[in-house]
Amino acid sequence: MNSDKITKAVLFSVSILILLLAAGMLYSLVGGSLPAFKTFGLRFIISGEWDPTYGREKYGALPFIVGTLITSFAALLISLPLSFSTSLFLGEYFRGTRVARILGILVDLLAGIPSIVYGLWGFYVLRPLLIDLGFGGQGFGIFTASLILAIMIIPYATSLSNEIIGMVPNDLKEAAYSLGATRLEVITTVTIPAARSGIVAGYILSFGRALGETMAVTMLIGNTNLVPDSLFDTGNTMASVIANQFGEADGLKLSSLIAIGLLLFLMTGVINAIGKLIIKKMN
Amino acid sequence: MESIDILKSQDHSSGRLLKDKLVLGAVIVLSLITISPIILIIWKLVVEGYRQISLDFLIENTPDTFEAMTAVANGELIPGGIANGIVGTLLMVILASALAIPIGILTGIYLYENQGSFMANITRDISDILQGVPSIVLGLISYLWIVKHITMGFSALAGSVSLAIMMLPMIVRSTEETLKMIPESLKEAALALGVPYHKVILRVLIPTGFSGLITGILLGISRILGETAPLMLTALGSSMINLDMTKPTSAIPLLIWEFYNDPNMVGLIWSSSLLLMAMILVLNLVSKQIVAKRR
Repeated sequence: MNSDKITKAVLFSVSILILLLAAGMLYSLVGGSLPAFKTFGLRFIISGEWDPTYGREKYGALPFIVGTLITSFAALLISLPLSFSTSLFLGEYFRGTRVARILGILVDLLAGIPSIVYGLWGFYVLRPLLIDLGFGGQGFGIFTASLILAIMIIPYATSLSNEIIGMVPNDLKEAAYSLGATRLEVITTVTIPAARSGIVAGYILSFGRALGETMAVTMLIGNTNLVPDSLFDTGNTMASVIANQFGEADGLKLSSLIAIGLLLFLMTGVINAIGKLIIKKMN
Repeated sequence: MESIDILKSQDHSSGRLLKDKLVLGAVIVLSLITISPIILIIWKLVVEGYRQISLDFLIENTPDTFEAMTAVANGELIPGGIANGIVGTLLMVILASALAIPIGILTGIYLYENQGSFMANITRDISDILQGVPSIVLGLISYLWIVKHITMGFSALAGSVSLAIMMLPMIVRSTEETLKMIPESLKEAALALGVPYHKVILRVLIPTGFSGLITGILLGISRILGETAPLMLTALGSSMINLDMTKPTSAIPLLIWEFYNDPNMVGLIWSSSLLLMAMILVLNLVSKQIVAKRR
């Protein structure tokens, strides 16, 4: 009996550890970013200036917040038709077939490719292709980064919506078929409405993934510290500016980078919480 | 009049069928576009990288940039290898696993045993949210904790901690999911025999769910194997093999990043990526195989 109590206590304290870990992360990020917020106040979030010149240092996160949101939204839009078609392929049209199994494995492998390998491929294959197609300049920028990000987030949206689409009850679909509906009509009037919130949650979670992707974006976005004025402009995301500038950072600059990390942590946390909440509501 | 109506309705119906076919065609084409990057990327890695792969590549340290430049100027293969990266990756992944696997499995068991309790729900939600934290932020955290306060400098330990935090929620999730699939009666039978609780865990739950747990672990490892960003902020890199946990250490992805930034060494990026990708593919396929066997 006594040993059972010990076992239970061990299990309990280990899960407390996870909570402490999360609390500690938040605490350290807040602590590390205090100097930046104390110096710049709210201007840190709304200012577009990033000037590391010693003596008149000014740091504002706006260019990176805007850069992150634009690249992630663009990536989401680009990936939408691809991942939606793929989840229909896997969960509806070819469900349970050998072809679907192989395709499913390949889509999963997309999630296994390291970010830096995506970056190399984007740099040496995709970027020259974009230049040849006349997308201007060196091929760096928000658009190129979004394109590679779109590929990277496909598996996250696909795996969830494919699962949800596969869970739509067959008798609902059969009822529609017996009324003479075509496959497309079954999909648009039965499958999609029944699976809607799951599909949306999948896209929200994949958007959350896009927000924090670092290496591939760093290698393709052009790394400029101004608020981008078009999709083909160069820029920086919150993750890429940390990766780029961390090596030479100390003092106020380091604190500003940690503050950007804190904002990123909060943004992805909120996005993920919304996604999970939708999934929870469904069950 | 009547025949026209029938014609019209037939027209309408053939339009519907046509639309149906068109959408099916579009779905197939778009799905093929979706998977084309994986094939193109692996193709590129193999074509550009295979020449450099040899025994030397696995057992020698990275050349310095001058050696590489001379070799490239003479039209030879760049000498040396990435042994420092391979060893560093193994070192950090093993330590990260040693940290994340026990905590992850115990937390997973806790969640499974306390379904619906307030604490379990909170822990599960937090763990899910941790899973979404960008890896670069985990690098920052480990920098603040380990680099600044424990090893007083960039270190393999700091790299491992950032990787362990990344791996932990995946293990928690897969453990709970695995245990949920084990029939309740097995556990009850053991408890009815008066087996102590910790023995039920060690002798019933873990062995029965073993393949599921291993799958989760392998997928977790395959995810952290290619991580670059957190290691840039923590392990930094080293041109020599290093086994001291408190010293800067290299890793395969870190080397790829260094090669990419050094015009003389750029010839090594594809072979290093090929090796990294091969390791990840093997882990993925092995875990798929285990899942397939379980079904």
